[in-house]
Formats: sequence, structure tokens, C-alpha cells
Amino acid sequence: MSSVAIAPAATPSATTNWGKRLLIAIPYAWLLVLFLAPFALVAGISLSTVRLGMPPFEPLTAWDGSILNLRLNFENFLYVLTDDTYLLAYLTSLKIAAISTAAMLFIAYPLAYGIASCSPSSRSLLVFLVIVPFWSSMLIRVYSWMSILRNDGLLNALLLKIGLISEPLRILNTETAIYIGIVYTYLPFMVLPIYSTLSSADKTLIEAARDLGCSRISAFWRVTFPLSLPGVAAGCALVFIPVVGEFVIPDLLGGADTQMIGRAIWLEFFNNRDWPTAAAVTIVLLALLVVPIVYFQSRQARAQG
Amino acid sequence: MQNSRRTILRSMLAASLAAITVSTTAQAQDKLFIYNFSDYFAEDTVSNFQARTGVETRVDFYDSLEVLETRLLAGGSGFDVAFPSATVGERLIQSGALKPIDITALKNYGNLDKDLLKLVAEHDPANKYLVPYMWLTTGVAYNAKLVSARLPDAPTNSLDMFFKPEVAAKFQDCGIGIVDAPNEVIPIALNYLGLDPYSTKAEDLDKAKELLLKLRPFIRHMQSGQLVADMASGQLCLALMWSGDAGIAAARAEEAETDVTVDYAIPKEGTIISFDTMAIPADAPDPEQALAFIDYILEPKTVAAISNHVFYANANAAATAEVDAAIRDNPNIYPPAEVRSKLFVDKSLPPRQTRERTRVWSAFRAGQ
Repeated sequence: MSSVAIAPAATPSATTNWGKRLLIAIPYAWLLVLFLAPFALVAGISLSTVRLGMPPFEPLTAWDGSILNLRLNFENFLYVLTDDTYLLAYLTSLKIAAISTAAMLFIAYPLAYGIASCSPSSRSLLVFLVIVPFWSSMLIRVYSWMSILRNDGLLNALLLKIGLISEPLRILNTETAIYIGIVYTYLPFMVLPIYSTLSSADKTLIEAARDLGCSRISAFWRVTFPLSLPGVAAGCALVFIPVVGEFVIPDLLGGADTQMIGRAIWLEFFNNRDWPTAAAVTIVLLALLVVPIVYFQSRQARAQG
Repeated sequence: MQNSRRTILRSMLAASLAAITVSTTAQAQDKLFIYNFSDYFAEDTVSNFQARTGVETRVDFYDSLEVLETRLLAGGSGFDVAFPSATVGERLIQSGALKPIDITALKNYGNLDKDLLKLVAEHDPANKYLVPYMWLTTGVAYNAKLVSARLPDAPTNSLDMFFKPEVAAKFQDCGIGIVDAPNEVIPIALNYLGLDPYSTKAEDLDKAKELLLKLRPFIRHMQSGQLVADMASGQLCLALMWSGDAGIAAARAEEAETDVTVDYAIPKEGTIISFDTMAIPADAPDPEQALAFIDYILEPKTVAAISNHVFYANANAAATAEVDAAIRDNPNIYPPAEVRSKLFVDKSLPPRQTRERTRVWSAFRAGQ
């Protein structure tokens, strides 16, 4: 999805340069092999029918000697779109993604701003610290949150000891735990793009604003913040999109009462063994995410002229 | 975590592999690839086989049957021996994902319990594809001390512990867990209500859903892989879980030398009996070694050692004498005939019914 943005614009050059073409071909081949081909496979399965067999869906085409039959089954989509179980799961996922993206923005912006205003030598250390958690597996980090948040976990033990609470808080297996896990895991993806726009912003602009009578606060809102918006947008997209489809964190930290779309796909695929419906849920999810993003991008591109 | 039979972590890793490994069939010679539940062998089961035959043996683990089934259905898994439950095996047979087993090549086949073979034949007519391995019940695991402190005469040998809201409410604060297995819990609920566990009537399913929803507010979690650890550490005081897992939890609590104890009871209303079996995938690279391995498991000594380690009853009549007395004489692991007669077999349902039941289960999980 973010690859839409990465795709290079064709460079219309009069002189045919094979080197250039090759360079452009590589990202396109990447997109083709790792995005479009799997997408086509999933789209194909979503138009198929379940059967008992290997693989557990009917082939789309049948060759009877002289006629090629193509059978497309749209029932899966009708089913997914009309059944409110999926609608509810989509909405829950969007809600959780929106709230956690907002929470991350609130934490990440001051953090990135702080790092960007440090001296260059301490900056690289601080950025390094933001990245360090990636060195261990995400699953292990989520599991350690389980031992922190448990009823007899580290957090409750600490709060009990300092006397803030008299009986353990139940955090694990609630929606709060999901938010903690998501915000913790995805925070670096929000910090880094904001930091990179803030640190590359032209400091003289702020000086100019101050010289022209802006207070520190209004200089921030009228100069620094607008300059950092591309980073904010990139951070939000990098975080929001994967969180909508997140499966691992809600499954490990959340309770049974939070039904996100990742779980709905899992149930169709593994419990119901209905690959076509699972594929249809996936395609609808993709459409929900990609269509607004492409629209937004094309509008932005037009605005920039 | 390492001891529990189905942990979420591994199932997810396997699930992502399921999608990727569709086309990796090429395997070197003289290697045997086995796909089993995590910790469902004794510590030396595989190494002894390797020492005896010189065949390099690798075991890959799964934690939910759904993952095993999906992986075998996708094909090209590269495994020589897999351990599906009989229900999953039934569907795999119908899908053509398994290879028939040549019983004449198994010199220890006669050791198997004839009654159990008959029950497995409900899934696999003529016992052509599935060789019974272990069998288990899904029942009531409880922490006697915590339970009796809250309800002195608690009906621990009954599903009333879960399905009578006034009883279940007593244990909300010390924690109730339940296996995340719709194909087991929904039939158990129907059976408790005196209905056909495999009823296809919408009104019956509604009744089961209503019963489950009344229990829902008192449940702490439904993470199957977490039940062993949580029962053993006293985080939960009551769980609807697998007999062997309850045994492992009890053993671990004892090792830890805390005051936690875990007991297990087969509910008097009857419950589900499930079989785990050995099968050879249709595209197994080395079916001959697979047969040799299955025959090795059928040796009484081998399988008795496994039962002693995993607390599950095996399907091998000749092995019973070699199983530890503590396990063999435990009526909740090796139930006597009159208890067995109340147990019903796990059954496979057609897709539509499966979906309706998944629906009931999702509503139950969500508490709606």
C-alpha cells in the first residue's frame, strides 16, 4: 500500500538509457512479484467456491477439451458485505487503529521534537535507542508485556508495593492491554519519519519568524508544525495501515471480547476452512484501506501541482 | 510454556509458514520429518529412534489442529508422519490428503486396543488411514483449595461448575479458563442440555449459545496454550481443559513446590472423547521410513514412556501394564467402562454447520 507512494514516476527521457530502464524495472519487478502476484492469487481464491479437497477451493477455470469455462463466484463478497459480523470487526479494527495512531502521535511528536533539538552527536545516540527494540523479536517483546501486565506481574507488584492500589489491576486480556502493546510496538515507525522531517527543517525559518515578532509558541504552530506535516502523514500511514490488520498483539494481549478483522480472517481460514470467504474478507479490507489512500494521494499530488 | 500442548505462539509461526511452504517438497534422503503437537513425545522418543535406525529425524511442532489441517490441505508440507486428531483426519481422508497405511507392514499393529480402533473407525472406516496414538477427554480441572474455600461442597465432577451461573460466579475472582475449541465445547454444552451434541437444529444451537453466554462474564481467558501454566501457578482455579494438560499442570505445580494442586475430573454428565492419530500425508517424501516410525511408536515400551511423560492415555492395549500405576489407575485418565459409556466421539461437521458453530463461538468469545 505504501508501495503506491514508492513507485517511481516514469522519467520521459529522449535518449534511451538501458541502465535507467533497468533501475526503474527493479522496483516494478519487486511490486509485481511481491505485491501484485500474491494479490492476484488472493483475488482468484476470493471468487472461487469451497470444496473438500486439496486445495480446499474449486479452480476458477475448467477446460473441457474445446471450451474454456470460467466460473466466478461472487457469493463470498455478497456474504461478507451483508453480514454484520464482518462489518463489526472492520469497525473495531478501524477504531483501535485510529485511537492508537492518535495516541502514538501524541507521544511521538514531543519525542521526535526533543531528539531533533538535541546536539547532533547525542541525536544519533537517541535515534539508536529508538531503534534498539527492533533487535529482539516482536513476539518476545509482546510476551514480556504479558508478564508485566499480568495480575501478579511486575506492574501490579510495583503499584501494590508503593501503595497506589490495594488489589491488582486487571489489565492483561483487556482492550487497554491491546492499546499498550500496539503503541509500544509501532511507536518507532511514528517517531522516525517525524524526526527526519523535523531535523531537516530549515532552522533559519524559525529565526525569521521570531525576528518578525512571532512568539515561540506561534512560531512552532505557524512554521515548525506545518513543515513537519509530511512526516506526520507518513508516520500515521505507516502505523495505521498495519494496525488495522494486526492479529498477533490483540490475540496475545487482548481478551476474547475484542474481535478485530485479523481474527475474523483467521477464523474463516483455519476454523471454517473457507479459503474463498477468508480471501474475500481480505480483499474488502484492502479496498477499504487502499482506495482512500490512493484518492488522498492523487488529491495531494494535484494540489502540489 | 514448553510443556503445554497448544501454544499460540507456535501456531502463528506455523500459520505463516503454511502460506509460504506450499512448494517446498524437495527433501534429502534418509531424513524423516514428523509433525506433532508440541511436547507430545517423551524426551527420548525421537533420539532413540534415531539411534536405532540411523535415520535423521526432525520434529516440527504445531499447537492447533487447525494449523495442521490447513498445512496438509495446502499440500507439499514435506512431512512423513503427522499427528491429526481423528476428526481432522476424517476430513483429510475425504480431501485426499492422506496415504492409506499398509497395516501388514506394521508388526506391532496388533497391540492396539480393539475397542478404540472401532471408535476411530467412525472417522476412518476400515481403519485404513489413521493409526490411533493417544486419547483424551475434555473435563474439569480445578484447584481444590481455592475452590473449596469459595464453595465447600463444589460439584467438581460436574459441568455445573461452569454452566450453573450461581456456581460459576463463585470462582470468577480466582479465575476460570476454557479451551478455545468450539468443536469440543459446543457439543459439550449441547450434551449438558440433554440435546444431541451434533444437533443441526438452529434452536438447539441457540440454547447452547444462551448457556455459554451466561458463563461468559465469569471467564478470565480462553487461551488454550496458557491454561497449563496458569493452573499450575494458581492464576486460575478452574478450567475446562484437556485431561493430559491437566496432568501436566498438576505435575508442574508439584515440581514448583508451591501449595497449588491441580485435580481433574471427567464430568458426570459426559463429555467429548478425542483421539489423536498417526497418519502419512499423501505426498510424504519417505513413506517407508514413516511406517517404520509408526511401528516404533506402536511398541509398548515406546508409547508407555510417552504416556508417562505427557499424562495421556495411549491406544495401545499391550502398553497399559508398562504405564506408571499413578496414571494407569487414575480413573480420570484411564476411565472405567461405565464412565467411558457416557463419553461421545468428536465428530466432523459439514461446512455450513461448522460456520454456524464458529458463529456461536465468536459470539461467546465476544460476550455478545
